Amino acid sequence: MEKLYTKETQAIFWNNNTTAIQRMLDYDYTIKRETPSVAAIVAPTSGNKFEKFFWGPDEIMVPLYKSTAAAKKEHANADVLLNFGSFRTAYDVTMEAIELGGFSSIMVTAEGIPERLARKMNNTARNAGVTVIGPATVGAIAPGAFKIANIGGTIENIVNSKLHRAGSCGLVTRSGGLFNELSNIIAINADGIAEGVAIGGDRFVGSVFIDNMLRMESNSEVKYMVLLGEVGGTEEYKIIEAIKDGKITKPVIAWCIGTIAKHFSSGVQFGHAGASANADAETAAAKNKAMAEAGIYVPKSFNDLPGTINKVYEELKANGTISDISEPDMNLVPKLRRSKEFICTISDDRGEECTYAGFPISSVATPDTGKGIGDVISLLWFKKQYPKWATQFIETVMKTVADHGPAVSGAHNAKVTARAGKSVVESLVTGLLTIGPRFGGAIDGAAEHFKYADDNNLSPVEFLGHMKKAGIPIPGIGHRIKSLKNPDLRVEGLKKFAKEFFPATPLLDYALTVEQLTTSKKENLILNVDGTIGILMVDMWRALGYSEEDINEFISSGTLNAFFIVGRSIGFIGHILDEKRLAMPMYRHPMDDILYDVPEAEKL
Amino acid sequence: MAQKAIREYDGKALFSKQWENYFSGFHYGFKSVLVTSGAELLAKAKEHGFEWLKQEALVAKPDMLFGKRGKNDLVLFKTNKPGDVTLADAAKWIDKKISHTTTLLTGQHGTLSHFIIEPFTPHSQEQEYYISATCVGEDDVLYMSAEGGMEVEEGWDEKVNEVVIPIDMSDADMEHAINANIPADIPAKDRAKFESFAVEFFKFYRDMNFAYLEINPIVVLENNEMAILDLVARLDDTAGFLMKDTWGDIEYPTAFGMEDQSPEEKAIAEADSKSGASLKLTILSPMGRVWTMVAGGGASVVYADTIADFAEANGGSIADLANYGEYSGGPTTSETKFYADTIIDLMTRHKDPKGQDKIMIIGGAIANFTDVAKTFTGIIQSFEENAEKMKAHNTKIYVRRGGPNYEKGLKDIKEAANRLGLFIEVYGPETHVTDIVRMALEK
Repeated sequence: MEKLYTKETQAIFWNNNTTAIQRMLDYDYTIKRETPSVAAIVAPTSGNKFEKFFWGPDEIMVPLYKSTAAAKKEHANADVLLNFGSFRTAYDVTMEAIELGGFSSIMVTAEGIPERLARKMNNTARNAGVTVIGPATVGAIAPGAFKIANIGGTIENIVNSKLHRAGSCGLVTRSGGLFNELSNIIAINADGIAEGVAIGGDRFVGSVFIDNMLRMESNSEVKYMVLLGEVGGTEEYKIIEAIKDGKITKPVIAWCIGTIAKHFSSGVQFGHAGASANADAETAAAKNKAMAEAGIYVPKSFNDLPGTINKVYEELKANGTISDISEPDMNLVPKLRRSKEFICTISDDRGEECTYAGFPISSVATPDTGKGIGDVISLLWFKKQYPKWATQFIETVMKTVADHGPAVSGAHNAKVTARAGKSVVESLVTGLLTIGPRFGGAIDGAAEHFKYADDNNLSPVEFLGHMKKAGIPIPGIGHRIKSLKNPDLRVEGLKKFAKEFFPATPLLDYALTVEQLTTSKKENLILNVDGTIGILMVDMWRALGYSEEDINEFISSGTLNAFFIVGRSIGFIGHILDEKRLAMPMYRHPMDDILYDVPEAEKL
Repeated sequence: MAQKAIREYDGKALFSKQWENYFSGFHYGFKSVLVTSGAELLAKAKEHGFEWLKQEALVAKPDMLFGKRGKNDLVLFKTNKPGDVTLADAAKWIDKKISHTTTLLTGQHGTLSHFIIEPFTPHSQEQEYYISATCVGEDDVLYMSAEGGMEVEEGWDEKVNEVVIPIDMSDADMEHAINANIPADIPAKDRAKFESFAVEFFKFYRDMNFAYLEINPIVVLENNEMAILDLVARLDDTAGFLMKDTWGDIEYPTAFGMEDQSPEEKAIAEADSKSGASLKLTILSPMGRVWTMVAGGGASVVYADTIADFAEANGGSIADLANYGEYSGGPTTSETKFYADTIIDLMTRHKDPKGQDKIMIIGGAIANFTDVAKTFTGIIQSFEENAEKMKAHNTKIYVRRGGPNYEKGLKDIKEAANRLGLFIEVYGPETHVTDIVRMALEK
């Protein structure tokens, strides 16, 4: 890996830390990224499906998932995990992600992960070739490309510190607060940084100075490096070795903080958990001395660090290693933004012409477009362009369910209301309100129960047993008069269409084996029109590549009912207009058709 | 959050609690008590289960994290000859030790307060062994020697076998590695016994989340009876949430000679434990003239470094630096006020002996997410209450900070100080983070 991140890098953010994520998206907008740097959020306890964020003056939605696995499945390209789990969960989250695979780097922010777990986590990651940034870190940044969470601070500071575009310095620190400070120093005294990592303050961190500096050595944008070390540990000596072995050839400027520790024998913990000298070689003074002897640029004190950086930068500029940077255009994040109350993801009337899921109305409306009402439904209901066989199936369904005579409850209601002198819309609504579990609901029910049986590999006998035990008559089975010998021609038509044009009909095939069994008991227990529609809708969605979870959600959200509602509205309106045309009077139900049985109320 | 030393007594208690889970083939009596006075010891001897205190010869020693107690002549095991210490002797000895201060060979100085009392265990040098485990670099290392006691420390390289156990090593490989490295001079009859003990010792060290565990010596007696004569242990306290039930309410004492924390340090530590933010304070030199209130763990260190450098270069000394500490992680206004109140109170208690001005450094790097104006509001409130005291000590305030809302924070603090008649200089991110130290001390 030459560069840690590019302008295409996308992350999965574990924990819905909205402030940090907004900071990332503000950064993305500022540097004119095409895609948001956060592709998905894992929020195990949230019931929501997305979170809204500002994208410049506008808003975008970032999808929420319950697990890393679910997020990764939908966003395979997001190869960075930003693990914002607490010290209790961060280990498990990282281990799961390594196990899943497909992550090139994982950033762990939690401070105080048990040391043994941190070691195991870091070791597993290293063996899997995954770069771990942290634990106990504010993250890393590739200016102009990708920034983790809060690193760099506010957007104003980012621009002031030239973190919005690549400079020439590779920066590594332990501390997150001083990372910001160093970025600022480098912006003032040189031309900013090309890549920066705060490796984290815990004793055991995944990638150490040498890992990051060897990568920066091979990153052609990095012309020199700044290392800010700390008292404690021996990691700085690995840099000295790498320079001696010729593995690091770019100029290195370094300083170890914590020289104060020499004044106090023991007992005072200065700074981070990892910062405590256990031997003379681990003191800041010893490390600064050793680094200076190895040819690293080491200032006299931290206060002199800016001067040293400026000197090295000017030298590299003079010898042509570093050339001038042309400052890129930036977007400005508005100071005042208002969150939107409503969200629309299906149509857009802001342009010249209103669009259905991106398609201007004129491109789907007239006959010459070749599009039918099924296409319009696929755009507005599913935000997808369904193939011809599917849109034709949808149209077939709606034509099939358009009416079933005046006696059914919905049509009857509509007629009674129309005769009471109410308008078309009022009459229609009273009819539609009867649609539910008993009227039209067999479509939903058939899809749900047959799919359940098929998903769980129930044999027809087991399925019947299951339904009997649950005390539910099988939805979609049975007709008043039709039988196998006297088939329902609507059903035959739907089956014929599906057999001819569907890529496959596994659930229908299963349902027909169930029908074999039910009709052997009673001949009118056939697969009826509601059942056929519900089952074929499932087959359609399966063939279109939807996951079983997606289909279950279609069923539970009432999508199947929606086909019935739209289709049957045609019939209801027909009945209402019929009543108006006939100028029928107010309807009163004949009293002899009512059984009156009204005893006097008891006194309690 | 780091590795924390525990008392010898607590380490042995943990062994005892877990003994059957690891060392079921051996027996350990756990005859130990921890007391803070002779009277407490005498009272303990009357409790059921502690009859041995009256019946057996005793050994008493301080249990306060420091080692080399023998060399410091702080182990009571004889009055006339080894193994003749009675309960009364031990109680008298303890009372004597707590009545005056003690200076160790290392120079650590303080008053002894905690003692561990155990039966005297007669044994020969041959029965003593050494065993310890810790983490070196990325790996665990088990150390074993056929020689225990003080001998092992002299000639460590020849006498001790090391077994490096990487974090991902399987138990089978670990057992194999230990087996292959059992010290050659362990007598053949004890070899198998020692090996099985060493394997279980390592598992115990690992599973209990020790950062360091040493028994020196462990004594192998007849009938698989083990005596843990001396034990040193550090726990990885970050594992506390996993080990709550196993560890119980274990105490992390401060090192001997580190004076107990001052009430102010304790108050800040308490506020820290209740807050999501981080508040830390260590008083280094109560009479010092340079007091710091620095935001951020890394920045606080560079400020301390720089103050030491400039103090020494300008005729002062490290004693000028009065405190070390930091506040970070977005403390609330009231938390910041409390922190500032504490620092200003400490700063204005003593007149500078040389009559110099007091210096208050309110420093910090460019914050990632802490709201600077909000935290400065707390400091300003503290100025308002303490301005007269600060003026009486000629306090000069130097401020440098950046981060979210820093312009407002800097403007507010400057206005407040001017209004209150306090000397103040205020700088933002355009000024190098520690340059205010130079301004304050370079004269």
